[in-house]
Amino acid sequence: MTPLLQVERLTKRFGGLTANEDVTFTVGEGEIAGLIGPNGAGKTTVFNSLAGFFAPSAGSIRFRGQEIAGLPPEAVAARGVARTFQIVRIFKGMTVLENVMVGALLRHRAVPEAAARAREALRFTGLERRAADPAGRLTVAEQKRLEVTRALATEPRLLLLDEVMAGLTASEVQEAVEMVRRIRDRGIACVVVEHVMEGIMPIADRMLVLERGRLIADGPPQAIANDPAVIAAYLGEEYRAPGA
Amino acid sequence: MSRRAGTAALLAALLLAAVFPLAVSRPAWQNTAILMLMAAQLGVAWNILGGYAGQVSLGHAAFFGTGAYVSSLLSMRLGLSPWLGMLAGALVASAFAVVIGWPCFRLKGHYFAMATIAVVEIVQAVVNGWERLGGAVGLYLPLAESGFAGFVFNRSKLPYYYIALALLVLTLAVNWLVARSRTGYYLRAIKDEPDAARSLGVSLTRYKLQAIALSAALAAMGGTLYAQKELFIDPGSTLSTSLSIKMSLVAILGGVGTLFGPVIGAAVLTAIEEGSRVLFGGTGRGTDLVVYGLLIVLFAVYQPAGIMGWITGRWPGARAARREEEP
Ligand SMILES: Nc1ncnc2c1ncn2[C@@H]1O[C@H](COP(=O)(O)OP(=O)(O)OP(=O)(O)O)[C@@H](O)[C@H]1O
Ligand SMILES: [Mg+2]
Repeated sequence: MTPLLQVERLTKRFGGLTANEDVTFTVGEGEIAGLIGPNGAGKTTVFNSLAGFFAPSAGSIRFRGQEIAGLPPEAVAARGVARTFQIVRIFKGMTVLENVMVGALLRHRAVPEAAARAREALRFTGLERRAADPAGRLTVAEQKRLEVTRALATEPRLLLLDEVMAGLTASEVQEAVEMVRRIRDRGIACVVVEHVMEGIMPIADRMLVLERGRLIADGPPQAIANDPAVIAAYLGEEYRAPGA
Repeated sequence: MSRRAGTAALLAALLLAAVFPLAVSRPAWQNTAILMLMAAQLGVAWNILGGYAGQVSLGHAAFFGTGAYVSSLLSMRLGLSPWLGMLAGALVASAFAVVIGWPCFRLKGHYFAMATIAVVEIVQAVVNGWERLGGAVGLYLPLAESGFAGFVFNRSKLPYYYIALALLVLTLAVNWLVARSRTGYYLRAIKDEPDAARSLGVSLTRYKLQAIALSAALAAMGGTLYAQKELFIDPGSTLSTSLSIKMSLVAILGGVGTLFGPVIGAAVLTAIEEGSRVLFGGTGRGTDLVVYGLLIVLFAVYQPAGIMGWITGRWPGARAARREEEP
């Protein structure tokens, strides 16, 4: 069976700078993959290529067996890839519900139907009581959650989450972890970029580690946490798995 | 305001507008009221692109002028009814809008606005030098028999008042329908965060082109009405940057992206114009432009939500809250 997402030798250059080089990995249906690495390692760049915002300099991206590298974002979204943004980009002139409706309208052209689906999505992520509020009034944690809800409303097969746990309190991180788990339980695969290790380590089926544009490790969280190269490049001793 | 109170206020305003010229019979006042309705209609038309989609066009006179010239030329050369000419003008303006929108939408923000100024200036220059279109002299429409069929009314300006009112209502209705449609949501999304909109499957080009086509068609219908009312058009009056600015100003003053903002903006702007005319005398276009410029600066700096912002009282607060949250 072909995996949901198949990335092969993905390379992205900006002039002289190589942000991603020969990045190869796959993500299976309903899998949670963590994507970690130091600042500037190229994690967001991978997302931008996957979601159609960047045309890769080389390499291929196959989603459900079809090449999507170089397609525009709207075409990639239509095929079932949704994303959030590291720096939130909610529609501030709209209410919370309307934000999510923009996502829901992709699969449901009739506005009332889209509104009903948007409400469902808000219920799923626990933002329902904020539905009528202007989106700009939400707290940062809620805004990140709104972006996830909006992306979910497009009914994706693959969800790309870029640091949705950054800047959250410990209890908010726990809520976010729970949310990602429930998203996966719906059969939606997730690639999660995160610096918050307690947010990603417990839920990831697989961890991908980027350093200076290259993938230096790919494996289960336990193995990654004990990998000397990963510890040296990024984790430090702190996350070495207990008892290892 | 509750929905029912809103509907009641709307019906009351419509009734008031319908009986106004019967109560106020001074032709000068009636004429001012017609100008106000026409300005409001253009502002509402502009608002679809400039307000909802956030693509500030300073070239909408190109579409207004297209409407005026297409219907006038079709009626002068082929004897086509100006009513059909109005539809033809709307179609031609839509097509023209798509042709110029295609390249101009690649530009962002101020660059888009500047490109649209260039478009209207070029169109004006071309028509100025084009003899068969009347050149710089303009076109005098033949004095047809007064009546609804010919879209000419000699004895009283009153019919123009009701036609302008009907066109405004039509334009508002289109705007209302668009705002509640999928396209309306997409346009607002594009205005706020184009990249986020794309990530949700929204094609920027497709929806901006829809907005400009619709906006241009409605502005062109206003152009035909103008031509039939004045029975004279020339590039200076129908294809000018100052007319373009006025269309945007009406919306900005009243409140961009709101249904009735441009109507309020038109009322206020027309009052200011009439006032400045009384104060400074004459119809010197110089004072108009000074007033426009001053208003744009004042509203851009102090009241970006326009007069509607004061009325609803809701968005200015929301705006302030947003500013605090931004890093
Ligand atoms: N549009 C761009 N143009 C030029 N350089 C870019 C662009 N986007 C990213 N880069 C560069 O590519 C490199 C990788 O950036 P990227 O944002 O992918 O890192 P990241 O792993 O997401 O980092 P962080 O953890 O800080 O978010 C950086 O050196 C960055 O400056
Ligand atoms: Mg990043």
